[in-house]
Amino acid sequence: MSHVALESVFDVTAIRRDFPILDKPLPNGLPLVYLDNGATAQKPRQVIEKLVECYENYNANVHRGIHALGDRVTTELEEAREKVRTLIGADEVEEIIFTSGTTMSINLVADAWGRKFLQPGDELLLNEMEHHANLVPWQQIAHERGAVLRFIPLTADGRLDLSALDDVLTDRTKLVAVTGLSNVLGTINPIGEIAAKAHARGSLVLVDGAQSVPHGYVDVNCPQIDFLAFSGHKLYGPTGIGVLYGRRRLLEQMDPFLCGGNMIRRVRKESSDFADLPSKFEAGTLPVAQAIGLGAAIDYVQGIGFDAIAAHERQLTERAFRQLNEIPGLKIVGPGVSERGSIVSFTVEGVHPHDMAELLDRRGVAVRAGHHCTMPLHEWLQVTATTRASFAFYNTLAEVDALCEAIQYARKVFRLK
Amino acid sequence: MSDDLYDDHILDHYESPYHRGHLDMPTIVHEDENPLCGDQVRLELLIENDRVREAWFDGHGCAISQAAASILMKEIEGKTLEELRAFQAKDMLDKLKIRLTASRQKCGLLSFKILKTMIYTLDERKGQGDGSDGA
Repeated sequence: MSHVALESVFDVTAIRRDFPILDKPLPNGLPLVYLDNGATAQKPRQVIEKLVECYENYNANVHRGIHALGDRVTTELEEAREKVRTLIGADEVEEIIFTSGTTMSINLVADAWGRKFLQPGDELLLNEMEHHANLVPWQQIAHERGAVLRFIPLTADGRLDLSALDDVLTDRTKLVAVTGLSNVLGTINPIGEIAAKAHARGSLVLVDGAQSVPHGYVDVNCPQIDFLAFSGHKLYGPTGIGVLYGRRRLLEQMDPFLCGGNMIRRVRKESSDFADLPSKFEAGTLPVAQAIGLGAAIDYVQGIGFDAIAAHERQLTERAFRQLNEIPGLKIVGPGVSERGSIVSFTVEGVHPHDMAELLDRRGVAVRAGHHCTMPLHEWLQVTATTRASFAFYNTLAEVDALCEAIQYARKVFRLK
Repeated sequence: MSDDLYDDHILDHYESPYHRGHLDMPTIVHEDENPLCGDQVRLELLIENDRVREAWFDGHGCAISQAAASILMKEIEGKTLEELRAFQAKDMLDKLKIRLTASRQKCGLLSFKILKTMIYTLDERKGQGDGSDGA
């Protein structure tokens, strides 16, 4: 797509007007350059207004009150669930479980599936680029069940080394847990190829979609996967709401995760029967307004369209690559621009990432610094921390330039030539 | 106190640290890290007659954490353990001569925290329960 054609279909100025926070000056008076979208995305007023609408007009608990508000809020929540189903291409709405976020979604599977189906000696296939949320729950359940963790090696440029997949994927592999898009390297993983090989071996596939879903890598049937976990707040929705998608057959076989209200059919003094999907995995009061807000967020991104979003984010990422690579001592981690999403993490010789983030902040540029909840990956990279810029569709090419200028400023403060 | 986090005082210590390295026979060694940032500092002290004869550090991390360690090493050499017991977090922040946000105070106080742990350990080693630590 040519530059001119793209600008004509994608009006970033108009889009930015939907995000109230983006034109509020910072305490130091500078405009905000928000490049920490991988941590959490900003919210369009359509989402904020939906939350207000919910609290002002039909706040009630769901699936409980036999009254007008209860009916309305339940309808809104179930509409949001249907929007999630459509977004990820799931067959049935009962396969959409509302959780508090990606972390809870993965813990749910590790616990409810792992405890029931993992046998001593079974294998879980992971890799070093996973976020702690897609690593630590598996460590814990493997330890409890006597299962073994195996790891797909990484290539030198930070991709999964699929040439080694046949070695690490065995007849004992019960589940492959893999991120759709690395939150540090930016690598887009070839889920289709991994899923095909895993399924051929009789293994399930769980995709951590925290980073990939907001950029449109979402369909659970193309390629076919078994579990998908993601968060609302990185998808321009509220915090506190997330999704677990699971195939109906699997969810039905699994025992409950959390127990209490809403997830039961019949409770006796000594034992209970459990509710049907999805309630079986939705114990207690859901984050109701947040779920409804997530529905509004899905409407919003689908209104822009993932193709347009991807094209714009690609422009941002390509420009960032070109300009960052010209900065002396700056090293980008991860693969080339054609194999990554809109995440660029880097180190700058002579400036520690935390000092870098602090100095960028003084220029109004918000990034993240640290290990980004991927300590094994940073060990693999042989650095203690990186600085990460992560772009969203409301970012502009001028903001990429502002990032690079701020990095040059930081280098100057540190007396680097 | 400067609002400029990266003034010459901090950068000079960061670039040319005082006593970055190791002792042959330290009396006590302790290290800790700041898991949020990944800052890591290790302190080594040589204590003679309840006085710090030499103080060395090693580690890696942001300029604040490393400069603070260097500043602390220079500060405590020659001090008695009694004086170090009285040395408080505020004193440490004053020595840095910059104003730190709450999150960066963790960086600025990492080596101070390690020093305090060392003092407790030394006191315990001595079985010092006689109230002489100023309690």
